[in-house]
Amino acid sequence: METLATFYERMFFIRRFEETLLDLFSLGKLVGTTHTYIGQEANAVGLIEHLDPDVDTVFSNHRCHGHYLAFTDDAFGLLCEVMGKAPGVCGGKGGSQHLCKGNFYSNGVLGSIVPVATGIGLAEKRKGTGAVSTVFLGDGTLGEGVTYESLNLASLWHLPVFFVVENNHYAQSTPVELELAGSIAARGAAFGVEVDELDTTDVQVIHEAAGRAVARIRETGAPFFLVLNTYRFSPHSKSDDQRDPDELEERRTRDPLLVAGARLDEAERKALEERCEERLAETVEAADEAPAAAPGVAA
Amino acid sequence: MSTVQQKRGVQALNETLHALFAERDDVVLFGEDVLDPYGGAFKVTQGLSDAYPDRVLTTPISEASLFGVAAGMALRGQRPILEIMFGDFVALGLDQIVNGISKFREMYDDQVTVPLVVRTPMGGRRGYGPTHSQSLEKLLLGIPNICVVAPSECHDVGSLLAAAVEDERPVFFIENKLLYGRVIRRPDHGHIGELAVRESGDPYPALTFSATDFTEGVATVVTYGGMLPVVLDAVTELVLEQEIFCEVVALSQLVPIELDAVLESVARTGALVTAEEGTLTGGFGAEIAARVQEAAWSDLRAPVQRVAARDGIIPSARPLEDDMLPSVEDVVAAVTALDGVRS
Ligand SMILES: Cc1ncc(C[n+]2csc(CCOP(=O)(O)OP(=O)(O)O)c2C)c(N)n1
Ligand SMILES: [Mg+2]
Repeated sequence: METLATFYERMFFIRRFEETLLDLFSLGKLVGTTHTYIGQEANAVGLIEHLDPDVDTVFSNHRCHGHYLAFTDDAFGLLCEVMGKAPGVCGGKGGSQHLCKGNFYSNGVLGSIVPVATGIGLAEKRKGTGAVSTVFLGDGTLGEGVTYESLNLASLWHLPVFFVVENNHYAQSTPVELELAGSIAARGAAFGVEVDELDTTDVQVIHEAAGRAVARIRETGAPFFLVLNTYRFSPHSKSDDQRDPDELEERRTRDPLLVAGARLDEAERKALEERCEERLAETVEAADEAPAAAPGVAA
Repeated sequence: MSTVQQKRGVQALNETLHALFAERDDVVLFGEDVLDPYGGAFKVTQGLSDAYPDRVLTTPISEASLFGVAAGMALRGQRPILEIMFGDFVALGLDQIVNGISKFREMYDDQVTVPLVVRTPMGGRRGYGPTHSQSLEKLLLGIPNICVVAPSECHDVGSLLAAAVEDERPVFFIENKLLYGRVIRRPDHGHIGELAVRESGDPYPALTFSATDFTEGVATVVTYGGMLPVVLDAVTELVLEQEIFCEVVALSQLVPIELDAVLESVARTGALVTAEEGTLTGGFGAEIAARVQEAAWSDLRAPVQRVAARDGIIPSARPLEDDMLPSVEDVVAAVTALDGVRS
C-alpha cells in the first residue's frame, strides 16, 4: 500500500514536468503540440497504482504524459521524445502523443485506441496472463462511434478491459454540454458493463475506487467503466484558453495537489517537492544535452 | 510425376486455414457469420469453428472496430485473421489501417510488430451492385508499411495465405470473388496449358506467362487477381486472331511494389499495358506506369496503356456491370493501340 506521500510526489512531479514542457515551448525547445495533464494528476496516479507494468497494459490518448509517467516513471525518455531527441522513447518518431514503452501505448486519433485496447484485452485473455487492458478516454471522445462498438465487444466477449473516462468537461474549446447528450455513466451501463463514477480530486478516493474496479476486473474477467469527473487547469494544448476565469478559480480551490498536500506534514511536503525539482532539473539538463533525432543517429 | 488436382479457390483457402490452425495455436480468426454450419458468407471458414471453437469468433457488425481489435491482438503476440465479409467495407476500417495498423511499428520505433491478416473478397461480375462489387485495393496501395497480397487462380493460393499469416507485417489479403469458384491452375513443368510460366519473387511471387517461350512478345500485360483470366483470354485471342504475342505478368504482391518481373518482361517486349478491375484514376496501373517509365524509359517504345473500370459505380444489372468493368475486348484494344505491335 502506497502512502499519501508517494502519491503526492508522483502528482507533483507530473505537474512540474508538464509546466516545464509549457516553458520549454515558450523557449522554442519543443515543436508540434502537447496536451498537458495539469489538474488531472490524481486520476493517473491513484488509478495506475493498481496496475502492474510487467503484466497489465495501458492505451492512452493525446493527453498521455501523466499516464505515461505514472505507469513507466520514464521522465527522460518522455522529455527526449517530446523534444525530438534521439534517446526519446520512440527515437523522436512519435512525439508527444505517440508513445510506446513496454506495456504502455498511446495514439493521437480520438476513439481509435479503444478497439485496439479491446483487442489487447482479447489477446491477454486468450493467453491467460490475467492482464487488465486499461484505456483512457476523454468526454469528447465519447462522440466517436467505435467507443460503443468496443464497449459492446468487451461486454459480449467478457474481456478484461478497463474503460476510464476522464470527463474534464471540455473537448478542446467545446464545453461538454455542447458535445454530449445523456449520461456518461449510463453509456457503460447500457452495455451491461459495471460502472462507477467519482467527482473528486482526492487521490486517495480515486485510488480506492480504482482499486475496487481493478479487483472486479481481475475477479470476473469482465470489463469495467469508470467515470472520473475532473478538470484541467492548463489550456487544451499550448494555446489560449477562453474558459471563464471564475470557473478556473473555483476549480483551483480543489487542486489535487492542495487536497493531498494539506494532509502532509509541511516539512515532508517541501522535501518531496525539492526532490522532484532536482530530478526534473537533471532530466531537463540531460535531455537538453542529448543529440537530436536525425536520420542515422541512434540513441 | 505431376498430380493435377482440381481444387477450387475456396477449397485451397479453407484447407490452408485448417492447416494453419493445426500448426499454430496463436492463430485466431474472427469476422461476421464465420461460425459453422454457415462457415462465412463465401464459405471460406467452413468446418473451422467446429474444429476450433475457441479460436473462431463470430463478431458483431462492427468493422470500424474489428480492424482495431485485430491490431490489439497482433500487438500482443497473437496472429489474428480478420475476415471482412465484403471488401467494400474496408472503407469502415481505414482509420485503423491508416492511423494504427500501418503506423504502430515505425512510430513506436520498431518496439512492436503488427502481424495481422485481413482477408476480404473484392471484385464484381456477380451482379452484387455498387457497394458489394468494388475492387478497392487502390485505397490500400498508397499506405506505407503494409503488405497487400492478391492471389490469382494460377498462384498457389494456399501458400500465399500461409505466408501472410507468417508475415510480421500487416497483410491485406484480397480474394477476388470469382477466385472462390475457379479451379486453381498451377504451372506443371513450367507450363499452364500452352503457356510457358515463370514464377519469381518470395514469398508472394509474380507469374510471367508467354506463348512463345519468352521470345517474340511485343507487349507485356501486367495484372493481378481476378483480372488474370480476362487478360489470359485476351492474349489468347490476340494470338489466334491477329498473331500478336504478349507476355503476361500476374503479380500477387501489390504492396510493397516490386516490379522486377515486370521490368524483365518489358525489357524483352518493349511495351506495357496494365489491367485492373478497379476504377482507373489513381489506381494500380497509374503507379506501375509511373514507375516503369522511370525505371525503363529506354525499353519502352510506346506510352504505357491502362485498362481499368470506368470511373463510376458498378451497376447491378449484368449488362450494365459488364459495360463498366474491363473486358477481354478492352485488353485487346489496349494492346493493339500500342505502337509497333502489328507487323
Ligand atoms: C478523430 C480526432 N478528431 C479530432 C482530434 C483533435 N482533438 C485532439 S484532442 C481533442 C479534444 C478531445 O477532447 P476529450 O476527449 O474530452 O479529451 P481532453 O482533451 O479533454 O482530455 C480534439 C478535438 C483528434 N485528435 N482526433
Ligand atoms: Mg475533455
